[in-house]
Amino acid sequence: MDSNEPRAHHDLGGVSKFLCEKVDIEPHALTDFDREVDALVSIVRMKRLMTVDELRRGIEAIPEETYHRLSYYRRWVRSLADNLIRKGLVTEAELQAALRRE
Amino acid sequence: MSGIFAPGTPVRVRDDWPETRGPVHIRTPHYLRGKPGTVVRRLGTFPNPEDLAFARPAAERPLYHVAFAQDAVWPDGRSGDTLLVELYDHWLELDEHRQEPGP
Repeated sequence: MDSNEPRAHHDLGGVSKFLCEKVDIEPHALTDFDREVDALVSIVRMKRLMTVDELRRGIEAIPEETYHRLSYYRRWVRSLADNLIRKGLVTEAELQAALRRE
Repeated sequence: MSGIFAPGTPVRVRDDWPETRGPVHIRTPHYLRGKPGTVVRRLGTFPNPEDLAFARPAAERPLYHVAFAQDAVWPDGRSGDTLLVELYDHWLELDEHRQEPGP
């Protein structure tokens, strides 16, 4: 059913190629990175600078190959950065400078 | 906007593919487009996430629990099994030609 449908790449429900893969239901330990991203997103949402719907839109906008390669929280941080830049709250130059300091 | 659907109303999910027309955020899964279901209950009204996702003004939309027969959705769905999905009013059309009781 999935070959002819123009579904978005994140819209994975019922896609037969994933039926062959075992579902990973083991609990995963959160990394420090995961916790930091979760905290950042929580603060930005609490300050009403971004809705959960905007976070999801940004995640769904990640190009397909990258989307499937990134972990759950790496998708989050990419959407967060995209949203903050779209809103003018940080500039691309500020983001790049901050990344170079890491 | 299709109006208010009472529990038990036979509906059909719109066979529409906004993702082919540009950037969107939609919460109606691809596998339900065009499928027949039955309204189970109203869940209240919520600002339309399709607009919230782009920080646009978002009108309140009724949200429903809609039940689908799994054998109408999945190629290997078992008869008698159902799927319950939250769907917004503007994705639903009254299925006037379907008289038989839904799942």
